[in-house]
Amino acid sequence: MSGGSLFRRGETNHPLGTKSMSSKRLLGLLLVLPALLVIVVLFIIPLILSAVGAFKVDGAFGLGNFVKTFELYTQDIVFTLLITGLSTILIGAASVAIGGYLTLGEHPRAVAILKFLYRWPMFIPFIVVGQILRTFLAKNGMMNNVAIELGLTTPLDAVSLLDWRGIVIAFVWKQTPFVALLVSGAMASLNRDTIEAARNLGASRLRVLVEIIVPQVAMTLTVGLVLSFVTMMSVLSVPLMINAQSPTMLTADIAFRVNSYGDYGVANALGIVSLVLASSVAWIYLRASMKERA
Amino acid sequence: MTLSLPSAPAAGTPMTTGKTARLSERLTDRLAVLWWVPRGIIFGLMAFFIFGPLFNMLLWTVAEKWYFPHTLPLQYGFSSWEKVFAPRGGALDSLANSLLVAVLTVIVSLLLAIPSGYALARLKLPARSLILLAFLIPQAFPNLTVYVNVARIFYEIGLNGTVPGVVLVHVSHGLVYAVWIATAAFSAIDGELEQAARNIGAGALRAFRDITLPLAAPGLIASAIFVFLESLDEFTGSYFVGAPDVNMLPLLLYTAGAGGNYQVASITALLLLIPSLLFMMIVERFLKADVLSRVGH
Repeated sequence: MSGGSLFRRGETNHPLGTKSMSSKRLLGLLLVLPALLVIVVLFIIPLILSAVGAFKVDGAFGLGNFVKTFELYTQDIVFTLLITGLSTILIGAASVAIGGYLTLGEHPRAVAILKFLYRWPMFIPFIVVGQILRTFLAKNGMMNNVAIELGLTTPLDAVSLLDWRGIVIAFVWKQTPFVALLVSGAMASLNRDTIEAARNLGASRLRVLVEIIVPQVAMTLTVGLVLSFVTMMSVLSVPLMINAQSPTMLTADIAFRVNSYGDYGVANALGIVSLVLASSVAWIYLRASMKERA
Repeated sequence: MTLSLPSAPAAGTPMTTGKTARLSERLTDRLAVLWWVPRGIIFGLMAFFIFGPLFNMLLWTVAEKWYFPHTLPLQYGFSSWEKVFAPRGGALDSLANSLLVAVLTVIVSLLLAIPSGYALARLKLPARSLILLAFLIPQAFPNLTVYVNVARIFYEIGLNGTVPGVVLVHVSHGLVYAVWIATAAFSAIDGELEQAARNIGAGALRAFRDITLPLAAPGLIASAIFVFLESLDEFTGSYFVGAPDVNMLPLLLYTAGAGGNYQVASITALLLLIPSLLFMMIVERFLKADVLSRVGH
């Protein structure tokens, strides 16, 4: 219970909570420190070790791993960025549509149905998503089977979606409810007066959504999409289970490099590349949150 | 909308007006019913894409024989269930390990996240955005290479292949949910309540324990749920730090699926699904809109 002793310390430090700013800051830092320490020891230090490893070739520092990485995996780097970017756009559009309908929908029964439907995939683990979509989207999967039964296609024309499309479908399937939950929560806590006023003045629901609601929940939407983007960049199970052939996601390449060649140098270099991609997106979040606070 | 309003004609108005109004009202009702066509199509498609894969998985758990191009399994049975739950099937061990690790991960994460969340919500912190972002780092980096290095460090200090080792890895991964949601939960509470308790003589710890903590409890429970599921879902870290000594459900699922045994993979998937779906049904009770809108701020 390190938390308890830290609080007791705070008790003596500022009896009425009006003590000087600096002691409040110190207390705050002390309270955050244990959690930060876990991140530093269990993640940042190993991360630095892997970054150092990326620049090490046979015991000496050099760029050999990166040369090899871009030689072998440039296609996969572009592929990863396109897949994750496309999925993020689709997730954003779908969650705004869901949140918008939940907020503006005028038919209570339709709203209730949507509310019941959209959340199911949210807590389904990625590894389960990979497994069930692999069997669903395959050439002999349920999607093709239903299409064949309905006469929309024939067994000969059935296509397997287990390529880049399968990965995008899996990501959108799993991540949309999470972002939609965040977004619809933010929408629900908005002041309804402006929305009603705009509706009374004759603005269509689509226009109210785009021009009044979305700008006000933009921050929450950004947070959800950034979290989804970095999550998708880190997931190993979905690309491994749905599409492990080339071109594939960087996570699958890293696993392959380690498992098949024991090549930690190139694996670490690939890790650095994905770090750069992911952190450029995290940077967007940081700038947005700075702007809001300013 | 306006057409349907004057349904009852005022006294003295000619009958024809009332008739037209009633006619147009019936017409709007008809049109309103027609809206169920696009709604039905969209909701039907959504339901198919959401429940289809789940139903497909359920079929696989009881399929004895199923191959292309047959729409449904040729033979049903529970032989795979017997295989999975046999004493040497490994599923029970994996299930127990997964649950133990998840519960411990939740406890450790909350012990770390409650003080941090309180500080991030209430106290002026330098570089607050950066601190919040720091917890995102484990989610922002393809953790594969990191876990390889963690495994090497753990191996040297004897933590590799132990439950505490896996728990620590899961904590570092789940902290972003714990801290971000705890921060949002604490900032959604009116600070004046705590101040009022302090003014009538309660100490800082007492005011926190009796006033702030109970008010934040729903949000904290929600963060615990997220951490629990994150731990249950975690695959990469468990593989490098836990296996083969600490076997977990996701690993069992992966090896069965990679080996083409879709029956065992689907049964394991179902075992992982049940807690997820249970939690989904109750999470909204704990995660209110005022907390949700503050996540990540």
